[in-house]
Amino acid sequence: MIRSRRRMTLGTALMATAALALSGCGTSGPGESAAGEASAWATTGSVHERIWKESFQTWNSENPDSEISVEWFNNDAYKEKIRTAIGAGTGPSLVFGWGGGTLADYVDQDKVVDLTGKVTNLVDRVLPSVVKNGMIGDKLYAVPNSQSQPVVLYYNTELFGSVGVDVPETWDELLSAVDAFVDAGVTPFALAGASKWPELMWIQYLTDRIGGPEVFDAVLAGEENAWSDPAIIEALEKIQELVDRGAFGDGYGSVVADTRADAALLHTGKAAMLLQGSWLYSSFLTDAPEFVERGGLATTRFPTIEGGAGDPANIVGNPANYWSVSADASEEVQDAVTSYLDEMVFSDDYTTQLIEGGGVPPVAGLEEELAKSDNADFLTFAYGLVKNAPHFQLSWDQALRPSQAQELLTNLDLVFLKTSTPEEFVDAMNGTL
Amino acid sequence: MVIPALAFFAAFALIPLIGVLALSFMSWDGLGTPTWAGIDNWLRTLTSPETGNAAWLSFVVMVGSWLIQAPISLLLGVFTAGQQRYRAVLAVLYFLPLVFSAAAVAIAFKSLLDPNFGLGSALGIDALAQNWLGDPQLALGVVLFVIAWSFIPFHTLLYQAGVKQIPASLYEAAMIDGASVWTRFWSITIPQLRYTIVTSSTLMLVGSLTYFDLIYVLTAGGPGNATRILPLDMYLVGFRSFDMGRASVIAVILVVVGLTLSLVLNRMSGANRMESQMEGA
Repeated sequence: MIRSRRRMTLGTALMATAALALSGCGTSGPGESAAGEASAWATTGSVHERIWKESFQTWNSENPDSEISVEWFNNDAYKEKIRTAIGAGTGPSLVFGWGGGTLADYVDQDKVVDLTGKVTNLVDRVLPSVVKNGMIGDKLYAVPNSQSQPVVLYYNTELFGSVGVDVPETWDELLSAVDAFVDAGVTPFALAGASKWPELMWIQYLTDRIGGPEVFDAVLAGEENAWSDPAIIEALEKIQELVDRGAFGDGYGSVVADTRADAALLHTGKAAMLLQGSWLYSSFLTDAPEFVERGGLATTRFPTIEGGAGDPANIVGNPANYWSVSADASEEVQDAVTSYLDEMVFSDDYTTQLIEGGGVPPVAGLEEELAKSDNADFLTFAYGLVKNAPHFQLSWDQALRPSQAQELLTNLDLVFLKTSTPEEFVDAMNGTL
Repeated sequence: MVIPALAFFAAFALIPLIGVLALSFMSWDGLGTPTWAGIDNWLRTLTSPETGNAAWLSFVVMVGSWLIQAPISLLLGVFTAGQQRYRAVLAVLYFLPLVFSAAAVAIAFKSLLDPNFGLGSALGIDALAQNWLGDPQLALGVVLFVIAWSFIPFHTLLYQAGVKQIPASLYEAAMIDGASVWTRFWSITIPQLRYTIVTSSTLMLVGSLTYFDLIYVLTAGGPGNATRILPLDMYLVGFRSFDMGRASVIAVILVVVGLTLSLVLNRMSGANRMESQMEGA
């Protein structure tokens, strides 16, 4: 008797809660904030934080009727939050992104709008190769909003001088430089292994130099056993050879990229070289201004590999970061943010600020302005890389769909740790195709 | 009277739980609409070497945490319940980690343990400048240490309270009978602390199934997979790979294991028949 009454109470309670929950959904349905006013979610921690902030402020003061509110997120936190927010229809009207597999997912689910022909002024300002990364098929879904980020080889000129090594231009020279630095007690390459993604830069460049861009294109196309390409296996073997020679020192597994510990190893003279994105240059300017000023920092391109099929002018990295316009936003808001993109992004002020901050704008015809800037050497070098590259490979973790990207990061880390052989890596990755 | 509590329990525990159970049979990447997948997620999860490895690591963390934390907290608890000189000062020091947030603890240890810029290189002690969090052989041990550092204060507090509840007359009687310190500890303190030990161990064992924030900030599961325990595996599968179906399977497994574990511990220890052993009660 008592027992059955208790059951009834429980049943009533469950029903009451379900009713509450349902009515809750009815009144504050998802998507209301997106439809109400224009918003943007952006990431913090780069030279752009200030540029984006100012550009939105200028827009808001000139267009009080269609103000855009901005929310700021840490990079990793943003990547985790944005997808579920967009899925639930509560995302911002301007969606920050990297292009690649995630953008393809958004387009598949009709979450972002087609911008083809709506932002012609912006598209005219930007380098075509960088615009292309925001296209799916022949339609434009994302437009660049940041510096171009090719991966370059930074090196410490002081250590090269004191150890007496020439800057490596070929793979063999790189190997002998590694041996010379190891003998001198200097870590040849700083590598932020704890963050995993810097390890991608190695396999990307090696695969491209050995086998050309077609190797990874096959992976992207989902061709069966695409990871078994001999170029990928050779790249992985070269990576393990570097590890064996002590090219990354002993402690690379503890080095974190978010805190720029890899850059610190270079400018404190503990490591001689660093393969990292061009965005790090502006961090060197703020973290170690004296080191840069006295000429301690220099950059070069990734070495060539004899007999390799890839063009040595190919680069890897992020062509840029991108804005997309949410399909969940009201038409009014979509129009407002689209005109923001067309008018404000890479306007003259925007571009000048980016150059002053040490970034490479993916904007056409900047040679003269860059040559006059404070960081002329680096900016001209990086701008030339981007402009003249026959192929600019988007970072593999961005190009692939998220589930494949995570498998890639983990399995590649195991190769660097020598827990996995290249063959085990290939088997695991073929399983994700 | 029970309705408000039940309503909250249903809204924040039961309904999400049912949602997760349903999601574990669906395929959802966080963007589109979930579609029915049958037992595919379960098959993929139960045969995945990664999740198998995560389950094994969770087990190691669970047992390892208990083996490290239980004896140390018991001894510290007995010590802080005593009357020694400077006891209060030391007790406050032991207590400190309890008030730090897990993220802050993880960030601090991450910096201290950095082989290039951490404690070891700052003090010039090579033995401290190991590749603590970057070496797959060392990382799990370091994680166990940091977990112990964070949670021992809480369990010490439990034991301290437990020891203070033991009637002084028991010790006085034993001393009159000529019992040594060790005999008193083994024959009075430990048996009297039986239920505290059960409570503390349950919290340690079941709690270790939910360690997430500390390890996430400290190693994010790395190097490789060396510290990727189940809760972390669930999170990475869910919010990095956006395979919500498989993440839900792991979540369901964690709930079932956690509930079973606490029920079994309760049964085994007879804590459900708990009664005071104090005189006069």
